[in-house]
Amino acid sequence: MIEVRNINKTFHVPHEVKALVDVSTKIAPGEVVVVCGPSGSGKSTLLRCLNRLEHADSGHILIDGIDVLDPKTNINKLRAEVGMVFQSFNLFPHKTVLDNITLAQRVVRKRSKSDALEKANMLLKKVGIQDKSGAFPDNLSGGQQQRVAIARALAMDPKVMLFDEPTSALDPEMIGEVLDVMKTLATEGMTMVVVTHEMGFAREVADRVIFMDAGAIVEVGTPEHFFVNPTHERTKLFLSQIL
Amino acid sequence: MAAGRISSRPARFRRSTKMQNSRNHRHPNRPESYNFWVGVFCVGVFIVLGLFYFATQKIEYNWRWNRIPIYFVYKDQIEILSEIDGEVTALKKDGDQTLITIKDINLTETYEIPAAGIIRVQQGEIIAAGDILAAYSQWKPGLLIIGLWITLKLSVIATILGVIIGVIGGLTRISSNPALKWATIFYVELIRGSPLMVQILIWYFVLGTVINDLLAASGMGRLPAFWYGVASLACFAGAYVTEIVRAGIQSIHRGQTEAARSLGMSYAQSMLHVILPQALRRILPPLAGQFISLIKDSSLLGIIAIRELTKAAREAVSASLQPFELYLVLGLLYLVLTFTLSMAVQRLEKKMAIQ
Repeated sequence: MIEVRNINKTFHVPHEVKALVDVSTKIAPGEVVVVCGPSGSGKSTLLRCLNRLEHADSGHILIDGIDVLDPKTNINKLRAEVGMVFQSFNLFPHKTVLDNITLAQRVVRKRSKSDALEKANMLLKKVGIQDKSGAFPDNLSGGQQQRVAIARALAMDPKVMLFDEPTSALDPEMIGEVLDVMKTLATEGMTMVVVTHEMGFAREVADRVIFMDAGAIVEVGTPEHFFVNPTHERTKLFLSQIL
Repeated sequence: MAAGRISSRPARFRRSTKMQNSRNHRHPNRPESYNFWVGVFCVGVFIVLGLFYFATQKIEYNWRWNRIPIYFVYKDQIEILSEIDGEVTALKKDGDQTLITIKDINLTETYEIPAAGIIRVQQGEIIAAGDILAAYSQWKPGLLIIGLWITLKLSVIATILGVIIGVIGGLTRISSNPALKWATIFYVELIRGSPLMVQILIWYFVLGTVINDLLAASGMGRLPAFWYGVASLACFAGAYVTEIVRAGIQSIHRGQTEAARSLGMSYAQSMLHVILPQALRRILPPLAGQFISLIKDSSLLGIIAIRELTKAAREAVSASLQPFELYLVLGLLYLVLTFTLSMAVQRLEKKMAIQ
């Protein structure tokens, strides 16, 4: 489904930082991969490279056989297949919940208004906030906003969902409702790449955990392997700090 | 340059009748002396106006406010004169009109008299050329109203063009294409770095001459001064609006673009549906300020013989020799225009506010 081969990314502003160093991995269809690591380890950059929100300097990224970094690739078409959920939700504040979910369906997928609305209502029901369809994002709680954001991404019928620290900006009591939605998605067989600090989620839902540090993948393994007997010192230190 | 910074409207403009009714309730911390200082303000205004009036009396200025209304509307006496000698052969009702036919030895003429006309001749009467056949009066707009209308027309057209230039400019200003970006910077700096008066002169006497001569050479009519005035104001405002739009776009959080693009929207789609609608709400107050400036700046266009409000007032002054009344009224008329605009924008802003 996703193949990452030797990608590198260096930020030059405000000062030179090697965000990704020779990163390679493969993600199979239906797999749920949790990427964790200390802040600044490059996990968000890796995720953002997958749909070219960041442009990797070198290497190859293939999603469903399509070369993400090839300038000839229709990036908009590709992005429609790759859903993304952000830490700060990034809902469109000038549009209602319903309009947030129908906008891209209509302008990108060219769906009719009724089809888009039907899809939106179905997804709102799925994420448990069908009663908020007419509300504006600013009037929703963080947890509700993030669930709308998930519904907005799902409305495009993506093949892959990328989650960039989806619960980091939430009050603790709202984390559960968002994770529940993500768990449901996982059980339905969605391919997911999740950058998160929620180790409970990783342990319970992930097929594989990738641990990154200083822009490189340090350790990859099943949750059992990762949490019970990690091999690298750096991993052990990280786990001892957060568990 | 207030790059990226968008001022919000000062609190003093936010008013509603509800708030006024419950003033004390809304301001529990207002000191006792508050009303006293309000009184001081009112008395101060009164004294300044009084002193001014006293001074004008001292120099024996003759205030004649009663002569001012004719510069707004006046009753025009229109007389219909016969152009030939002859006999009135027929007075015929034709709908609302009356037709008067006059016969000479070898020619006949018919005059149409509107319903309001009072006919001064009878059938069979012998008249000479120049005699009054009928007279009526008609309300006509005075100089100031004509000027006001032209100022309004100028301002509205220039505002619309200014917004178009500004939105395009704002987008090209942040473009990654150096040709577009530098062209925009060049335009903005050129316009902002020179006086509007000079730009008006260049538009009319340099560009206008070139364009009109080219038009004439290709067999087309000349473009009237009005359009050079519109062009100079639109280009002037456009440069400022460009910066306002740019700042507005850049003030929208990057996450909005990323969310839109991650859904597969193109740059243009995300601009159109996500960024610009939000930016527009945010830039309304500075935009309104810019267009208030534009209305005021239109007063310079008199120098290229456009009869806008100020030029009209100056003509009225030279005809009537009443500069005090006319120029004060002139200032008041601009105030009415700008105040109406700022009120309208405030309403729009409330209507567009995100709940």
